[in-house]
Amino acid sequence: MSRHVVCSADELPPGTRRTAFVDGREVALFNVDGRLHALLNRCPHGGARICNGVITGIAQSSGPGDYRLERDGEFLRCPWHGWEFELSTGQSWCDPGTTRLRNYDVKREAGETLVKGPYIAERYPVVVENDYIIIEL
Amino acid sequence: MKLPYAGAIDCDLHLPAPTIAQLLPHLDDFWRDQIINRAIDRMPFAMMSYPPNAPISQRADWRAAPAATALETVQTQALDAFGLSFAIANIIHGAVALHNDDMAAALCRAVNDWLRVEWLEREPRLRGSILIHPQDVSQAVAEVERLASDGRFVQVLMLAMGERPLGRREFFPIYAAAERHGLVIAVHAGSTYRYAPTIVGWPCYQFEDYVAQAQAFENQTVSLIAEGVFQRFPRLKFVFLESGVSWLPVTMWRTDKTWRGARPETPWVDRWPSEIIREHLRLTTQPFDAPDAAAVAATIARIGSDDMLLFSTDYPHWQFEADDVLPEGLSPATLRKTLIDNALATYPRLAQEAIGGAAAIEETIR
Ligand code: FES
Repeated sequence: MSRHVVCSADELPPGTRRTAFVDGREVALFNVDGRLHALLNRCPHGGARICNGVITGIAQSSGPGDYRLERDGEFLRCPWHGWEFELSTGQSWCDPGTTRLRNYDVKREAGETLVKGPYIAERYPVVVENDYIIIEL
Repeated sequence: MKLPYAGAIDCDLHLPAPTIAQLLPHLDDFWRDQIINRAIDRMPFAMMSYPPNAPISQRADWRAAPAATALETVQTQALDAFGLSFAIANIIHGAVALHNDDMAAALCRAVNDWLRVEWLEREPRLRGSILIHPQDVSQAVAEVERLASDGRFVQVLMLAMGERPLGRREFFPIYAAAERHGLVIAVHAGSTYRYAPTIVGWPCYQFEDYVAQAQAFENQTVSLIAEGVFQRFPRLKFVFLESGVSWLPVTMWRTDKTWRGARPETPWVDRWPSEIIREHLRLTTQPFDAPDAAAVAATIARIGSDDMLLFSTDYPHWQFEADDVLPEGLSPATLRKTLIDNALATYPRLAQEAIGGAAAIEETIR
């Protein structure tokens, strides 16, 4: 397992998304109201770049004619065919057992701790004053 | 193939539709007067989907050799010939195509009473279907309620092509009544011709009309799933009669595939449509629409269950020759389920009776 600095925290403020190349993989990064998500940027269905998907909730119902959008901001809808994935686990809503988006541990850390630790900062020269987004592969 | 043993339950047997003259005693004074004085009694009320002289409507050897009475004909040619323990009688009557809701309801009542008096009371192996005119939902519900206390009626009968898709909520009161009384909803091939029977427009030939029936069943399957009928009525079963079978796996696959992306549109569909279909839908075996044993086995494998098949003769429709009433390629276990067990699991009213009768059914199996 290796930990990588993918960008500075300023580059992924709440409500934004971006991609980063890590170890030859393209990773989609999302900041939803301060919650960070990092997922392989390739839908398991047809390979769409899921960084272009819609962040939304999950439509629920107690029966015909009843509609509720719940857990807003916790799901990603693939831009190509609309499959829904839970951001925190990468699981497909329709088929949680066998279909999932590869997801990675992601966190924000202070530059101060980073300069000491065994991190691979591929692109980002780390300065002590800043915070950074770290993912684990 | 032939039936390997006696005791099968035939889930789609047709009795000759009553003439209007036969229905007159079962109509009240008002409707009898209307029917006679408007010369409606001269109309055949035969369904366009089954023109009486078309080869499909009656097998030639059966047509050529009637017994002394209609009852004896059905007994000799079907009930005895196939060694049936029960046969569910479906009467496809033109009343359901009328635009006058009240006349349609009156004629449906008469057909049902005629079935009860002329057939169910005379032949203990017969079971009945409650014919309704579903376009007038409240009268349809009233008819189901009127006959529900007679345990010999085991299902409610509708056509594959009416005015609106069968999943629509307007029909829910009919489904609620059926579920409440342990009745099944049966959907038989046929159209009231409110619309063209093909989605691309009016065809010219009966040949086209008959092929199009299977597509109507596909549409109804998707409607029932999308509208959440089985989420609302979890104990309800639908039986498709004369629908064909081999189209089903394709529809299941496509419905599952589309659901994955379109799911939020109908959030009450809370599991794979194919699972819901396997649990709630049943299809009769005549016709099966597959050429040989391998194709039949492949169809069942792709459906992923042999719980869905119900044996039928579709008597007297011309679906098979001699006594080759079964599709080829059913394993002995699937056969046993198709002939008896699936019907008992589908029809609560048959199962109730067969608790005493199960032993009897069992004994006839050699
Ligand atoms: S590529 Fe993502 S749903 Fe098809």
